[in-house]
Amino acid sequence: MELDIDAHSGHISQQFNEELEGIKSHLMAMGGVVEKQLADALTALNDGDTDLAERARRSDEQINRWEISIEEQCTRILARRQPAASDLRLIVSISRAVNDLERIGDEAARIAAHAITLAEEGEAPRGYPETRHIGTLVREMVSNALNAFARYDTDLAYRVAKADEQIDAEYKTAMRTLVTYMMEDPRSISRILNVIWVLRSLERIGDHARNIAQHLIYMVKGINVSHSSLQQIEKTLQI
Amino acid sequence: MDLATSMNTASMKTTSMNTTSVNTKANARGVSLNALPAESRTLNLEDETLTLAVKELNLFYGDKQALHGINMRIPKNRVTAFIGPSGCGKSTLLRCFNRMNDLVDQCHIDGQILLEDNNIYERAVDVADLRRRVGMVFQKPNPFPKSIYENVAYGLRIQGIKKKRVLDETVEWALRSAALWDEVKDRLHESALGMSGGQQQRLVIARTVAVQPEVLLLDEPASALDPISTLKIEELIHELKKNFTIVIVTHNMQQAARVSDYTAFMYMGELIEFGATDTLFTTPKKKQTEDYITGRYG
Repeated sequence: MELDIDAHSGHISQQFNEELEGIKSHLMAMGGVVEKQLADALTALNDGDTDLAERARRSDEQINRWEISIEEQCTRILARRQPAASDLRLIVSISRAVNDLERIGDEAARIAAHAITLAEEGEAPRGYPETRHIGTLVREMVSNALNAFARYDTDLAYRVAKADEQIDAEYKTAMRTLVTYMMEDPRSISRILNVIWVLRSLERIGDHARNIAQHLIYMVKGINVSHSSLQQIEKTLQI
Repeated sequence: MDLATSMNTASMKTTSMNTTSVNTKANARGVSLNALPAESRTLNLEDETLTLAVKELNLFYGDKQALHGINMRIPKNRVTAFIGPSGCGKSTLLRCFNRMNDLVDQCHIDGQILLEDNNIYERAVDVADLRRRVGMVFQKPNPFPKSIYENVAYGLRIQGIKKKRVLDETVEWALRSAALWDEVKDRLHESALGMSGGQQQRLVIARTVAVQPEVLLLDEPASALDPISTLKIEELIHELKKNFTIVIVTHNMQQAARVSDYTAFMYMGELIEFGATDTLFTTPKKKQTEDYITGRYG
């Protein structure tokens, strides 16, 4: 049974409708904060803007508060409503997506911290073009994963999963390039290592965005695609 | 300026443009970035206005003690649920609130129940007036063998209200309050006995609210109904608490979890735990409560 966007309203209990609507919009609010944090961290890295990096790092606290608040709401709904079927899948998916979002926040905070270190050393930013390219792709993934959740759009979720493969490939290429930089100029090793950490964080964020997309597919289709290949996911979506 | 730096400058522009687009996207999903997570909304009994207060209440049926030293505060405009295994005293306690136990031979009560600060067990209390202020609905719907209209108007006629306009208005208001008006407005003068069980129960609730009580006591109001009628009654309870203080006895724990703001768990005539429903169903403080709500005994 396909879920449409109104699938979680229409309970006899008006309050239950409001509770489900509430956690969905809170997830989106939290997603918005995470997206902004990631964008700020990457801008700060490229611009060497330590103030912006510091702000991005600090928004982690706000994200953690959101995580706890949404988790509590999920627990409360489970205890009081004993949700079933698509309602149950909604709660489970949101609860998982919140964890992934929080981890994205952690990685973005890490990027911001590296941005501060790199800016304070203040030398020529070798290796930045690589992070910039992957950074743009990853931000788009996070944004699309959230949009897919907002619209119950499984096709978009599939594209997010697909983009993750591209990220992984780009990540490997970038690593190779950075290793060559280090071989060319050993004095740059400590700097380049910082850039590598940033890349690593971006790659992890891509994984979390893919997870969020998979939670959405589970919610809409009722099929767990956590360990499925792209081809398997594609097949699932055609059912 | 070397190549890397100029690329970096170019990237600054694109990145800051993208930042703006992130903001618009977030807004497109209908959220504000400045929104803060809601503080935990768990209710706190200390912040409530009280309607009823039970003080050191003991109740005996003959020699057998059915309630042991109950102390409890029932907050105004909230739904308070009593749960517990059969025979734990929850219905007995509920019936104390409008002195229904007076009708039981050999029933003896000591202690106090305060309704808006006045002890309802004082000698001077007019029991008929008390029962108007504290209305009750039972497990089985018990409409009178009269028309739908007359069922709801019954309490008003007893109060001596004769004006047709007043009666009409109150009947409509009560039926609307009980979410029944739209279903019955074209057959108000047909017999109430022709209604479905769920409708009859809502009719009885309408009859009770017609006399504008302060407290509504509901004794297993949905246990004779099908799941959908049950949900309708629960939704109704949620609406009614805006105007009334509601106390509900239910042996359906899930129902208590769904409808109530506060829950009292009783066992063997004692009040074991009383608190906000959110807390009691997620982190109960007593082991007996935990065992009961998780289906380990009872």
